[in-house]
Amino acid sequence: MVNWNIILSIAKTHLLTKIKQTAIAALGVTFGIGSYITLVCFMTGLNTMLDNLVLNQTPHIHIYNEIEPSEKQPISLYDNLKESFNVVHSIKPKLSQKKIHNGLPIIKFLEKDDAVRGALPQVKTQIFYMAGSIELAGNLTGINPLSEVELFNLGDYIVEGSAEALHNTDNSILLGIGIAKKMALKVGDRVQVSPIKGGIFPLKIVGFYQSGIADLDAVQSFSNIKTVQRILGEANNYITDINVKLYDIENALPLAQKIEQQFDLKAIDIKTANAQFETGTDIRNLITYAVSITLLIVAGFGIYNILNMLIYEKMNDIAILKAIGFSGKDVQLIFMSQAMIIGFVGGVLGLLIGYGLSSLIATVPFETEAIPTVKTYPINIQPSFFIIGFSFAMLSTFLAGYLPSKKAKKIDPVKIIRGL
Amino acid sequence: MTTVLEAKHINKYFKKPVMFHVLKDINFQVKKGEFASIMGKSGCGKSTLLYILSTMDTDYEGELYLDNKLISGSDSEHLSYMRNKHIGFVFQFHYLLSEFTILENVMLPAKKLGEKSYQEIEHDAMDKLKMLNIEHLAKKQASRVSGGEKQRVAIARALINNPSIIMGDEPTGNLDSHNAENVFNIFKRLSEEEDLSLLIVTHDEDFANKTDRIIQMEDGKILL
Ligand SMILES: Nc1ncnc2c1ncn2[C@@H]1O[C@H](COP(=O)(O)OP(=O)(O)O)[C@@H](O)[C@H]1O
Ligand SMILES: [Mg+2]
Repeated sequence: MVNWNIILSIAKTHLLTKIKQTAIAALGVTFGIGSYITLVCFMTGLNTMLDNLVLNQTPHIHIYNEIEPSEKQPISLYDNLKESFNVVHSIKPKLSQKKIHNGLPIIKFLEKDDAVRGALPQVKTQIFYMAGSIELAGNLTGINPLSEVELFNLGDYIVEGSAEALHNTDNSILLGIGIAKKMALKVGDRVQVSPIKGGIFPLKIVGFYQSGIADLDAVQSFSNIKTVQRILGEANNYITDINVKLYDIENALPLAQKIEQQFDLKAIDIKTANAQFETGTDIRNLITYAVSITLLIVAGFGIYNILNMLIYEKMNDIAILKAIGFSGKDVQLIFMSQAMIIGFVGGVLGLLIGYGLSSLIATVPFETEAIPTVKTYPINIQPSFFIIGFSFAMLSTFLAGYLPSKKAKKIDPVKIIRGL
Repeated sequence: MTTVLEAKHINKYFKKPVMFHVLKDINFQVKKGEFASIMGKSGCGKSTLLYILSTMDTDYEGELYLDNKLISGSDSEHLSYMRNKHIGFVFQFHYLLSEFTILENVMLPAKKLGEKSYQEIEHDAMDKLKMLNIEHLAKKQASRVSGGEKQRVAIARALINNPSIIMGDEPTGNLDSHNAENVFNIFKRLSEEEDLSLLIVTHDEDFANKTDRIIQMEDGKILL
């Protein structure tokens, strides 16, 4: 039977009479846990931001028609030469159109799939921007603006104007900010575009697009899918790309493989396209945990030290306690409780300080051209970090307290009493 | 008359630094209400014997009975309990927990035993302090009282759980004659009025002569 009242009251008295050392040991834990919380909130915030930078605007599966040489050359279909060895030199791809055949039925088919959140058609083409005497080469992509906002956060990258304006205005264009700067254009101005096949089409500028990647912003513009089809002189079933967003990114690879087989199209999943991003995330997590664990180990040594010292100083008290009927286990619990109290107080303080620091960092301005939506440092505060941090504190103090308290348990009162 | 403490064929060896037979076939009893003293030259094994009798030292041969129950070979948890409930120990040096008050020191063994409420324990502790004429010290820090007072506090602490026997290892060895007299009178009264058994190691001839029985020791043996 353990009498916690008396054990805790002795532990408390010991700690209070050594308040300075206790405070220093607790501050060690506070420092470790505080740093862990701050670091992990900041690092995961950064991870999420960087991942979102890519993931938000990148389709989980991108389907298009690759221009590549046919694997089967006509000669192999000719029965008379079946048994012979045919060599064809200088194979060139057939000048096939980029169009996805049956694009609209494929989209309908994909949207029926339970794993798919949405499949959006696009028409990509190369054009020239013309204003006065300037001509710039660039890309124009025809989209459904409202759906793109919903699924691929296009809205985050519109710095002036809006997706609604693009949707609602005939013959309108969302111009890349780099093009606008080069050509000194404002929202409301007109820009003329010319497809490669020829012809000139005036489009009204309803907004500017800024992805944060300067090279892209200097060429890329968006328009309604119908407008682009009209510019190209194509029918309204002309689609060059399909972008698919899934509910769960893990399904991307298997579904992409299925699409490639079923429709004889190129389907690239996001993980294959952005493999390097996971590596970055992993390394940042590794740094966070390595630093935090190091700090906690240092804090643990602090606790180990103070308990050892305390036990050395309290040798006589331990002998008396044992002589008047406290068992070795009681004595061990007294010193274990001291370690745990230090860990608890230090840990809770650390959580508070970590929370405070994270909240503070979250208000510090952080503006960058690359990510127009971010105004302050990204911080990701999650309850699970606090649970992990607290468990960390308790675990490290438990380990630090265990050895010294074990020693106290084993102290032979007779030896101590004889020694005086 | 009932027997409170009985030692049968107790032998003890110290193996280090050299093999040394320190207690040789110790046999004796302490009856209820008996005030016995142990005398003998320094180094003859009195303290060693007392540590065995008080259950703190378990490294010995032979049998030890407390209230006619064999306690040799019990596990340490049980021995702690027996020590807590049935044995009061008074040292030569006044071992108190210096960071606690006098009252807290006296209450400690009862709190550990946990048989009574805090109020009852506090009341009992005040009673013991009154009996020893030191109730005015109750709220003082243990490190702030004199040697004679500390020894009386230690006796109060030994009494708090109403033990079967009080053991003392030269409890007056460190006190002046006035305080030593005082402590003796307390022991005497406890044995006469409360029917408590006492087993006290002493060097003081006068002290021993006033007890009910003197157990003489020499070279680890009891002389009859
Ligand atoms: N831990 C020990 N190891 C070896 N010898 C010891 C130890 N403790 C005591 N002794 C020896 O045992 C003998 C008895 O000691 P002790 O019981 O303290 O004597 P007393 O209390 O009668 O003066 C002494 O000779 C002492 O030197
Ligand atoms: Mg001695």
